[in-house]
Amino acid sequence: MTQLIIIAIYLASLLGLGLFSSRLFRGTSKDYLLASHSIGPVLLLMSLFGTTMTAFALVGSTGEAYAEGVGVYGMLASSSGIIHSLCFFLIGIKLWSFGRRHGYTTQIQFFRDRLDSDKIGLLLFPILVGLVIPYLLIGVIAAGTVINSVTEGAFTSAFAPYDYGLPNWLGSLVVCGVVLIYVFFGGMRGTAWANTFQTLVFMVLGVITFFVISDKLGGLDAASERVQQKHPSRLMRSVTPEEEAHYETAYKKWETRAYYEYMVKEKGLELTPAQKKTAHAEFKPAKLKLGWQRNAEAMYAAKQNLISFTPNSADAQRARLLRDDRIVPESGGLFAEDGDPLPLSSYRRLPSEVWQAKAEKMFADKIGHPGEEGKWSLKKARGFYRATTWAPQPVHPMGRLKFFTYLLVPLSVGMFPHLFQHWLTARRASTFKLAVVAHPIFIMIVWLPCVLVGVWATAAVSDGRPIIPPHFPPNAVLAMLVKQLSDPLLGGLLTAGILAAIMSSLDSQFLCIGTMFTTDIALHYRRNKEVSERQKVLYARLFIVAVVAVTYGLSLFEPRRVFTLGVWCFSGFSSLFPLVVAAVYWRRLTKVGAYASVLAAAISWAVLFWQSRFGLNPNFTVAGMMPVVVMVAASSVALVAVSLATRPPSEATLAKFFRK
Amino acid sequence: MKIFVPLLVVALLILHQDDWFFNFWEEPILLFGFMPATLLYHAGISVAAAITWYLAITFCWPKQLNHVEPESPDGVPMAADPAQGEDGAQA
Repeated sequence: MTQLIIIAIYLASLLGLGLFSSRLFRGTSKDYLLASHSIGPVLLLMSLFGTTMTAFALVGSTGEAYAEGVGVYGMLASSSGIIHSLCFFLIGIKLWSFGRRHGYTTQIQFFRDRLDSDKIGLLLFPILVGLVIPYLLIGVIAAGTVINSVTEGAFTSAFAPYDYGLPNWLGSLVVCGVVLIYVFFGGMRGTAWANTFQTLVFMVLGVITFFVISDKLGGLDAASERVQQKHPSRLMRSVTPEEEAHYETAYKKWETRAYYEYMVKEKGLELTPAQKKTAHAEFKPAKLKLGWQRNAEAMYAAKQNLISFTPNSADAQRARLLRDDRIVPESGGLFAEDGDPLPLSSYRRLPSEVWQAKAEKMFADKIGHPGEEGKWSLKKARGFYRATTWAPQPVHPMGRLKFFTYLLVPLSVGMFPHLFQHWLTARRASTFKLAVVAHPIFIMIVWLPCVLVGVWATAAVSDGRPIIPPHFPPNAVLAMLVKQLSDPLLGGLLTAGILAAIMSSLDSQFLCIGTMFTTDIALHYRRNKEVSERQKVLYARLFIVAVVAVTYGLSLFEPRRVFTLGVWCFSGFSSLFPLVVAAVYWRRLTKVGAYASVLAAAISWAVLFWQSRFGLNPNFTVAGMMPVVVMVAASSVALVAVSLATRPPSEATLAKFFRK
Repeated sequence: MKIFVPLLVVALLILHQDDWFFNFWEEPILLFGFMPATLLYHAGISVAAAITWYLAITFCWPKQLNHVEPESPDGVPMAADPAQGEDGAQA
């Protein structure tokens, strides 16, 4: 309950800040949408940083480091420190100057003018909105999940299906409501202030959490040394032979169990009581774990040649798929062209409700109120099921080409519509200076502790047991560590920090989409009719309410797959980066070249997304490279080739954007 | 210096790809008892990026953008926002 109170106080203070900022509202649409270009260096730095660092800043960085090791810092953080500031410096300042000079509020207004094409707006609008929506959904769903997780057991009898915590849908609703209220009343000024406050909150609480967790794990040295002993590969970008061998052994053991279960269920194998007794005696492990007897029986059956199929047979592949809760194809589809069984990751897993029901049935006698002695939460039962049933997770090195080509992903900030809007709020060009310099340091302050905590989690133990079991969802690692290793006060504060990181992106995105609907559609297509400033603000507010309502509605369908779309959204924005660079720096860019570039980006994105099985394959690469390389190459080639082959833009257009 | 800064950015991007040039990370080395070597290296890249961008804003700043005023659709400068002073500064 302490956590719930702290979260409530935090959300109330945000509301107060948003409502206070609305008292400075000057009544014009320019003030509502761009804070009248009045934002100074500190607020710009904080709002740009808070907007670019989504839920990923605290939760995702820890989770990725837990799953991939310390290499994620180089892949995602130090690369962003270079590329984001490059975008602010080369693109942001120029776009700010165009916006200030010609009165733009959105990217589409700029592109319509620069390309002398009204229709480019109709092409770009659905693409930009379509790429922001999944990004918004991730934030809304993550907020509900975090609140539910930390309030687990807060109620004595209510919300049993949610582990007696605040239901996800209610947590998401509250967060959407709070963001809506301060964006609705405060507009861009309220958003910038709230972002600054929230950025400070998540930076400070992130560092505090780091020291508390390291202390509970026995200090910095002890926590890292434990990883060095148990999972050394997490401290480098390659895999040690020892860890590779450990994985092979664990996988063999898992396969044996899978074959045994298949023999029992599908082939009618049944060990006699005497055989079981022998099995338990012969294969009793040194450290007894829940369900060890069944493993012993599996090893006994394998030793006695009671498994009637070979590892390369169709039965063996079906056994592995069933044990790993994968969908088994009706016919065929079990082997690659070379005759080897296809990897498990190329099959879809059963819908979550199906395997969760199996987990709940398996541990029905243990599930209850998490506050009761010996009772498990639903989450714990599902976690235990995953850890003991699914195949061990392979350890893999971070490929050099993947690492190199990931550099293109942060280019996405050059085309984020919500960042464009924030850039335009700057008081003057020099306001950007602080953001350009401090952004890499701010990323380091947030990411370095989170990455260390993430790798510590791979070897962290409490009462002799691992705190994070295998197959644990990476995005829940930080919340679990805090819950296990800190008191409710810090747990509540850290939750406020995580929500701060989530909401500091949500607010800008809600405001931006509302602004785009207002400016690029409603007002643009009513250009011959007089619209007062008051009406413009009203339109913006109504669209913001609609965007929040639609996003919240979509989140209720719990589209879990949306989490796999994150990197695809970023890649989509990156594929449009050549367009914005050319629009700012290349006089020869033509309208037709721009259309060709956008279409090439969209088509290459769609084809690769389809090839990745709609984002289901998280390790999808093209010749070892990130798919973004193909998209950026396709859009660049189309842009240059078609521009050079078509009529250059008019002198009047060039005079407007290229001055000596 | 104007040429040196872009070269620094390129150098930074090359140094970022440490795995191609160095073999520091073949062993799970901990520096100062707790800090993985590759992590410390990339934290250094973050600090170097901040220094590079400081040099960029100092020596490569687009000074012509220090004075930007709103214009009419015909390209005629409009009266400055009464809330803004010279150079766009808040009055």
